[in-house]
Amino acid sequence: MAEVRTIYVPNDTTAQSLGAEDVARQIGRALGEQQADIRLVRNGSRGACWLEPLVEVETDSGRVAYGPVSPDDVPGLLAAGLLEARPDHALYLGPTDEIPWLQKQQRVTFSRAGIIDPVSLDDYQAHGGFAGLEKALAMSPRQLVDEVTASGLRGRGGAAFPAGIKWNTVLEASADNPGNPQSGRKFIVCNADEGDSGTFADRLVMEADPYLLIEGMIIAGLAVGAEYGFIYLRSEYPIALQRLNEAIERAEAESWLGSDIRGSGKHFHLEVRLGAGAYICGEETSLLDSLEGKRGMVRPKPPLPALKGAFGQPTVVNNVLTLAAVPWIVEHGGAAYAGYGQGRSLGTLPFQLAGNIRRGGLVELAFGATLRELVEDFGGGTLTGRPMKAIQAGGPLGAYMPESQWDTPLDYEAFTEAGAVLGHGGIVVFDDTVDMAQQARFAMEFCVVESCGKCTPCRIGSVRGVEVIDRIIDNVNRTSNLALLDELCDTMEYGSLCAMGGMTPNPVRSAVRHFPEAFEPSSNASAGAA
Amino acid sequence: MNRAALESVIQGSVDRHRGKPGPLLVILHDLQAQWGYVPDEAVPLLAEALTLTRAEIHGVISFYHDFRTTPGGRHQVQVCRAEACQAQGGRQLEAAVREHLGIDWHDTSADGMVTLEPVYCLGNCATGPAVRIDDAILGRVTPDRMRTLLDDLQREPVNISGLMTEAPHG
Repeated sequence: MAEVRTIYVPNDTTAQSLGAEDVARQIGRALGEQQADIRLVRNGSRGACWLEPLVEVETDSGRVAYGPVSPDDVPGLLAAGLLEARPDHALYLGPTDEIPWLQKQQRVTFSRAGIIDPVSLDDYQAHGGFAGLEKALAMSPRQLVDEVTASGLRGRGGAAFPAGIKWNTVLEASADNPGNPQSGRKFIVCNADEGDSGTFADRLVMEADPYLLIEGMIIAGLAVGAEYGFIYLRSEYPIALQRLNEAIERAEAESWLGSDIRGSGKHFHLEVRLGAGAYICGEETSLLDSLEGKRGMVRPKPPLPALKGAFGQPTVVNNVLTLAAVPWIVEHGGAAYAGYGQGRSLGTLPFQLAGNIRRGGLVELAFGATLRELVEDFGGGTLTGRPMKAIQAGGPLGAYMPESQWDTPLDYEAFTEAGAVLGHGGIVVFDDTVDMAQQARFAMEFCVVESCGKCTPCRIGSVRGVEVIDRIIDNVNRTSNLALLDELCDTMEYGSLCAMGGMTPNPVRSAVRHFPEAFEPSSNASAGAA
Repeated sequence: MNRAALESVIQGSVDRHRGKPGPLLVILHDLQAQWGYVPDEAVPLLAEALTLTRAEIHGVISFYHDFRTTPGGRHQVQVCRAEACQAQGGRQLEAAVREHLGIDWHDTSADGMVTLEPVYCLGNCATGPAVRIDDAILGRVTPDRMRTLLDDLQREPVNISGLMTEAPHG
């Protein structure tokens, strides 16, 4: 038998939510009893949520995996030779790198996730970490902005705005602002308010490879002349909060953050700010108000946050995945990143397979594969085993897509053409028991709960939307209420200040258009339970 | 609420974050961590310490779902109501929880042990339905398992991290 050196038990939210802490405790106890010379490392997650907790055993010939390991499985695994990496157990998966679900991915941003101890700076550097920053420290701001522009990287938060253009605006903006105590400063703000249902890629970066985000933010600061950064993190992510704070503390202690980074004379100070449960704060202007300690109200644009952002100063607001893509781009060059993908959708997108899906988790691929490949080849169909009926892509403001649209290539423009949204890459699968009229109603209800209230189409329109859909479901003046719903959606789409009210019609209209039978009186009678 | 204690906690938090721009949310999180809610009496004190109006402080507290202005139960239970969890039986779980506790969203059980809140995504979307109990997030929660968890919570003080792992899963 191969000599075992290390055992890995993940500590990200998903693994923990399925008992990883107990699994680690039991394995640790066994190691103590046997006085084995084996390290127990808590790694992040490789993103194969369906295999969590995924326990890995490292031998001199590589890592082998077991999963999903519930606490109840541990005694049996230990008896079957887990500590000797034996294959004699039903949960044995073979070499981790050869698990097809992982092997078929194109991991660029997530190349380290799940492999390293997330807060170990040694691990991070041993696996290529800080190579981009080392290079960036020797580059001019102009060169850095040009590299990101050449990569074709677009904002991964959902709006897909070219990152290079945004950075260039901030680079060229003047930070002189007489009378403002923050005059002279520019800011990097990371949008880590990952509120879209079906998305968890940001969380995975922060929990499994937090230095990657920190490195990306420092590089952004070097590129635009900002020495202060904030990570605006949603409060629903307690593990990410703890891990980011620990990573920041360690990075500061080793001079990777703070004043005079590694003796370069360059500075970057980073702070995590916690949100307070408001979905709207994922919208960048609302996020900035919240960051400033105010109600998270949407601001009209202009002024662009790039010119007048956090505390009135020029600010780069980028999503976690956008910033996390930057170290690789700087290390390998923008052209290398642009070598992935197609058309105007360049690079990779970490898709998140969620909802009723057999093999859910994070699938990083170059743009261009189809939705069907994702949900069938990777996802393996529904967890319930029933036929898939609808896929909601791009979060709660994204359209419900029927089977006729599943061959759409995963590409921003192709999705737009199909009347859908790729957004932050969340893919939520529903089986044939879903009641699409209730899903349409929920979209409006969600907007009622989460609207910031600044503009009328969103604040009032969503309330009226729930009422109108209820009347349709109850078969009250059905035809005229369907027409009214359509008009209401127009008002929200064209009259709202931001995407919250402006895109809530997406799931509503797609449900009505593609699943009209759900709004027929006959089907409502049997759908009361949903 | 003892006024001297209130003043000292607020002053401590304000001092700790002095120099940070726009610190109100940070301070409110401190107060909520201390008491489980932000008492009304804190509003004028915060206004004075931060040179803001009472209306501004109240406006911020009332805007965010996280901040409470009255004490909650001993444990905060959040059930995810968002789409990915709905696709995995979340609606049935929501109904089971409300029925078992006999309360609606935002209410606290009569014994003061559990406050029930909706949450729109815990980021555990491939292994839902998801629930958060205090700081522990649980996955693949069935109505039966949830009823057992709630019964445990309503008994004597329980160790949440232990509870998280002792419960059956899958």
